[in-house]
Amino acid sequence: MKPFDYIRADGLDLAAQQLSHNGAMAIAGGTNLIDLMKLQVETPAALIDLNPLPMNQIANEGDGLRIGALASNTAIANHAKVRADYPVLAKAILAGATQQLRNKATMAGNLCQRTRCYYFTNIDQPCNKREPGSGCGAIEGIAKLHGVLGTSNQCIATYPGDMAVALYALDAQIEISGNDGAARTMPLREFHRLPGETPHIDNNLDAGDIITGVTLPAPVGGTQAYRKVRERSSYAFALCSVAAVIAMADGRFTRADLAFGALAHKPWYDHRVGEMLIGEKPSLALFDKAADLLLEDARGFGANDFKIPLARRTLAATLCEATGVEA
Amino acid sequence: MALNINGNSFDLPNDPRTSLLDFIRREAGLTGSKKGCDHGQCGACTVIVNGERINSCLTLAVMHDGCSVTTIEGLGTLAEPSALQKAFVDHDGYQCGYCTPGQICSATAMLDEIKAGMPSDATDDITAAPTLTDEEIRERMSGNLCRCGAYPNIVAAIREVAGEAT
Ligand SMILES: Cc1cc2nc3c(=O)[nH]c(=O)nc-3n(C[C@H](O)[C@H](O)[C@H](O)COP(=O)(O)OP(=O)(O)OC[C@H]3O[C@@H](n4cnc5c(N)ncnc54)[C@H](O)[C@@H]3O)c2cc1C
Ligand code: SF4
Ligand code: FES
Ligand code: FES
Repeated sequence: MKPFDYIRADGLDLAAQQLSHNGAMAIAGGTNLIDLMKLQVETPAALIDLNPLPMNQIANEGDGLRIGALASNTAIANHAKVRADYPVLAKAILAGATQQLRNKATMAGNLCQRTRCYYFTNIDQPCNKREPGSGCGAIEGIAKLHGVLGTSNQCIATYPGDMAVALYALDAQIEISGNDGAARTMPLREFHRLPGETPHIDNNLDAGDIITGVTLPAPVGGTQAYRKVRERSSYAFALCSVAAVIAMADGRFTRADLAFGALAHKPWYDHRVGEMLIGEKPSLALFDKAADLLLEDARGFGANDFKIPLARRTLAATLCEATGVEA
Repeated sequence: MALNINGNSFDLPNDPRTSLLDFIRREAGLTGSKKGCDHGQCGACTVIVNGERINSCLTLAVMHDGCSVTTIEGLGTLAEPSALQKAFVDHDGYQCGYCTPGQICSATAMLDEIKAGMPSDATDDITAAPTLTDEEIRERMSGNLCRCGAYPNIVAAIREVAGEAT
């Protein structure tokens, strides 16, 4: 690990100023950042430890719920209102990592976790995300974990996390405090970015920005599911995942909020997929049409070609389970 | 600026790079906690901090001012082992023993999580209190790998202690 200055945050404004300095990074649970510092993928000059800031509360806000940036994954998944009213969120969190990691992992750190692309984490390999302009090891190499939607000729990495996929389905908002102290809110669905020509930028945070919390809208009920497909039944990143919030009336869909994990550089939310289901009677043929729409621009890179049919089947399996259609 | 390990206070290190694991092993001289992967993947370094199990390799010692850490040495002694320590011996819950301190710290915290009613990925109804089936034990212990494959005996040891506790 390269040497760095360690600074305990003392107030949000001061921390934001300290974070605006070149090479400074925030640390929360540390489970992603310290891992990458050991690999010298991240080499911050200073670490601003956010943990002293009072940002771990989970509290009702209006009819919804506000989750502080430092709330641990465990605290969120264990919260009575999350378990009862936003079960897709609790399920997605519990499907990720392990209890030891979830005890440390925070809301904000989880949203900002970096890709698991093994060319990115190996500093001997070319990688446009780690070192802009050096090339992409994965496009020429073995791209198994990689994206099939929204890729660019610069980077085909995926956002690896689970929790954010559920938060996209739930249409959460993210609160950010800027380095000038001004707070702003944006739909989480607009927080993560596609790689395009700037694959080194994962999300829409600016220098000195601190995530302060995430808010969930009023509960919508319905059937909520998180289906994660992985190489072993626990403690592995997703190859494909689906978060679903489904409601039916008179045998027809009235709500189908769907988000997909491990297919792209961000959790994938395509409003057209849910919209085409509304008003329709569930059937295998309909689920196939939804998958056609979802995957119309999908493109594999050899080792990850399997993700395209896998996404189709995972969507169908999730919708079958939620609606009672026989698979 | 100090942290407490098994009841003893230690000054935080000068070099902020020191992981909590390296601090426990080198500065505190408690070598029960093991380094398997150093990247949060194996669980050999699991310790209990303020009642919660964590991977001590993925956190910095300087981030733990005022915290209480319990390692395997703090759970029991040769003369007075904890219930789980004794059960691991009785059930042969190890072969080489390298993963064992992490397994036992992890299981100790896991039984408290069950008592607190926390759900897992193996829980069918996440709004209800969980019951500790073997499937639940395996899921909840999935962060502790055992290269020797002593899993069936690890599950048996935990099942015995969980049965007594509930
Ligand atoms: C072995 C292993 C398996 C895993 N498996 C899974 C899995 O299956 N599913 C899954 O989803 N995840 C998995 N993870 C990833 C884990 O969920 C993340 O490491 C964790 O959520 C990161 O949170 P943290 O608080 O520890 O972040 P940190 O490591 O502290 O920070 C991560 C990033 O977020 C930034 N940051 C943190 N807080 C803020 C803030 N308030 N404002 C602005 N920026 C901030 C930091 O600067 C840093 O860049 C796994 C990790 C490991 C090591
Ligand atoms: S896919 Fe992206 S992260 Fe992976 S090597 Fe290519 S540029 Fe780097
Ligand atoms: S040494 Fe910490 S998880 Fe392997
Ligand atoms: S007993 Fe050898 S690794 Fe578990």
